[in-house]
Amino acid sequence: MSQARLSPGVVPGRLTPAELAANFVDVAPPLDRHEARVAADRCYFCHDAPCITACPTSIDIPLFIRQIATGTPDAAAMTIFHANILGGMCARVCPTEQLCEGACVRMEAEGQPVEIGALQRYATDGLMAQRSHPFRRAAPTGKRIAVVGAGPAGLACAHRLAAKGHDVVIFEARPKPGGLNEYGIASYKAVDGFAQAEVDWLLGIGGIELRHDQRLGQQVTLEQLQSEYDAVFLGMGLGGVNALRAEGEERRNVLDAVSFIRDLRQARDLTTLPIGRDVVVIGGGMTAVDAAVQARLLGAENVTIVYRREQARMGASRHEQDHATGAGVRIICNAAPVAVHGNGAVAEIEFCYTAEGPDGLALTDDRFRLKADQVFRAIGQRLEGTPDALQLDGGKIAIFGPGRTSLKGVWAGGDCAAGGNDLTVTAVAEGRDAAEDIDALLTGRPVEIPG
Amino acid sequence: MADLRSNFIGIKSPNPFWLASAPPTDKEYNVRRAFQAGWGGVVWKTLGSEGPPVVNVNGPRYGVIHGPDRRVLGINNIELITDRPLEVNLREIKSVKRDYPDRALIISLMVPCDEDSWRDILHRIEDTGADGVELNFGCPHGMAERGMGSAVGQVPEYIEMVTRWVKKHSRMPCIVKLTPNISDVTKPAEAAKRGGADAVSLINTINSITSVDLDLFAPQPTIDGKGSHGGYCGPAVKPIALNMVAEIARNPATAGLPISGIGGVTTWRDAAEFMALGAGNVQVCTAAMTYGFKVVQEMITGLHDYLDSHEMTLPDLIGRAVPNVTDWQQLNLNYVTKAVIDQDACISCGRCYAACEDTSHQAIAMKPGRVFEVIEEECVACNLCVDVCPVEDCITMRELEIGEIDKRTGIPRGGYANWTSHPNNPMARAAE
Repeated sequence: MSQARLSPGVVPGRLTPAELAANFVDVAPPLDRHEARVAADRCYFCHDAPCITACPTSIDIPLFIRQIATGTPDAAAMTIFHANILGGMCARVCPTEQLCEGACVRMEAEGQPVEIGALQRYATDGLMAQRSHPFRRAAPTGKRIAVVGAGPAGLACAHRLAAKGHDVVIFEARPKPGGLNEYGIASYKAVDGFAQAEVDWLLGIGGIELRHDQRLGQQVTLEQLQSEYDAVFLGMGLGGVNALRAEGEERRNVLDAVSFIRDLRQARDLTTLPIGRDVVVIGGGMTAVDAAVQARLLGAENVTIVYRREQARMGASRHEQDHATGAGVRIICNAAPVAVHGNGAVAEIEFCYTAEGPDGLALTDDRFRLKADQVFRAIGQRLEGTPDALQLDGGKIAIFGPGRTSLKGVWAGGDCAAGGNDLTVTAVAEGRDAAEDIDALLTGRPVEIPG
Repeated sequence: MADLRSNFIGIKSPNPFWLASAPPTDKEYNVRRAFQAGWGGVVWKTLGSEGPPVVNVNGPRYGVIHGPDRRVLGINNIELITDRPLEVNLREIKSVKRDYPDRALIISLMVPCDEDSWRDILHRIEDTGADGVELNFGCPHGMAERGMGSAVGQVPEYIEMVTRWVKKHSRMPCIVKLTPNISDVTKPAEAAKRGGADAVSLINTINSITSVDLDLFAPQPTIDGKGSHGGYCGPAVKPIALNMVAEIARNPATAGLPISGIGGVTTWRDAAEFMALGAGNVQVCTAAMTYGFKVVQEMITGLHDYLDSHEMTLPDLIGRAVPNVTDWQQLNLNYVTKAVIDQDACISCGRCYAACEDTSHQAIAMKPGRVFEVIEEECVACNLCVDVCPVEDCITMRELEIGEIDKRTGIPRGGYANWTSHPNNPMARAAE
């Protein structure tokens, strides 16, 4: 064991470049042709299949699996892309055990679902590797639509609109497109720059202009967009991070998990990325798991996730939880942070055990402390900088019908919109459906699937 | 433990599992390995006349039909009879039989359709020690173009004539191997019996094209861009073979004629089914070509266990199902059943619903929560739901009691009555 591994504090280079490279390989390597055929053979081609119902984008899963089984994976990919243009990323990041695979009747039969996610990746990877974009645009309509945010919702919306013959301009705040696909998921889920490759491929349809460093309310305003474009779609995600509301939270090395995940994704050299020896992650969702597991993979000796409610209520799926514990992460439930201790930088974090009562969650008198030289907040994000004119619902943009906001001519979808579940696949569905609604309103055409 | 020792037309073998005349039995090396693995007998790959042996193609000899996970369901072959010199085969047969006196060793023969050719080959094999001969009147490819194989097997008069020659010039037990490429298999079987055959074996392979190369537009297996029909065998042909075996077993003119059952025997269960329909033993090829000779060990233990659990001997099994093979018009039209879905076993895939709703009688209801229920008023008991259900025994057919109302017709279930006396039958005879 190298000396660096046990260095106190938050330091880079706990592991060797070789160890880091091995730790951050593809977490779920792709199926080869034979594996895909074997996996596809297990699909029962169910009537009105529960997996389709469970998919927020309603991909015709039995059909695409049958297309793989019969040796036409490109046709399978088109079945997927017609419903979900980001089917490649969703194949990697969807919590399939909570969605399609969780609904698979094979779960009932033998507790092992058809590997829908892996099969979806097999089909989509194959078609995307062919480089040419498989969809064609309808005749130009002369309509121009502004899309705010180049994340899953905005990209799905833009692609569907472009396919229908509209011209689209995407206003993106960050230097790269992709949104959480690029900045917000664990590196080992989408290796080899997949998020950027997917955006490039998606933009291959044409008719979509991408403008960077365009933050709503700063470089561009909603009023401007409304006046200059025929419709506006808002898909800017959630910019703010919730606070712990624990005493001493301002101490050094108490950070946002999303920032850590973003920095890790953008790092060219993982040996330069500082990580603590004792890391505590507060939260119970996928962000918490992604941060905790990657902290371990960077060489942190002790990583603990602390979640304030019971384990069954964690946002992260059981599969994700097992992935974390398998990586050596400890999960403590029913505990909430009350104080961050330390002299300048965090050294310890103090928790109270919680109890579910009739009035909600209550702190008990039972306290404990965890050694911590680095703390990540992963307790949710919130909408920031929303135009005042928009009606909100529970802190997010209120939705009336397919993506329609309280403002005429303005649609919204993805994490910034109310009613979703913060999943990539849901954002794609909302972006797509808003595009259909925009198209129907602008052109009066019946809603149809393009391409 | 049940006694699996077999006596088929006087030919003894330690079990009723023989390897059929085919590539696995073409030479001493393979046959010795087969006997070491436990096979009860071997029908040596077909010998031809003395002289330059036949030649085989030098491209693929086999085509295949795959099931899920590339499971071999059927193999088609365009291989001919042995392409090794007659003397070599005879020497090897003698050597193997000397070392395995307890195993059955039958020689398959195919020579031109004249008496001299048959007399000559029979004399040549006399001192090999082989237990019998099998006349290959079945191969549908290559040799048939030369007036042999199925070209003989498709003409009952030729079968009878050649069988007579064989019985005249040899005292060996004689098995006539029949081709399925014919409309009524009882006719060649009757001819074999008239000619003096001790037994028939069936089926030989079925004329087939396994698949077409959709880039070359040529049948597979493809030889330099062309293909010819081959002989199909393996699990896929078993239903056809079972029917032909049963037809011969229940035909009054051939009843009691010993049958060696061939066609897709892959497990002990397949073998037991052939034997229940009248086969005295079985011959196997594709299962061995797919999995190797070791499969016989499962067949032996499986048949043991089956016979023991049913307290039967091997002779008890042979032909036991034959009396229950009948004509459609004899089936009981008052036998009424209804599908029953075991809701605890159901995995809610909905395949029964799709099959019934789209292609049958709309007798399954899909209820909220993906609950599937039988509508007895519509159910004609066709069994399709049972067949497509992926969970064994999840859907079963319940037999109505005599007197119980059939909700579909509103008529109480009656006793036995068949089509011959049914009022809708214009040919009906009044029940007597």
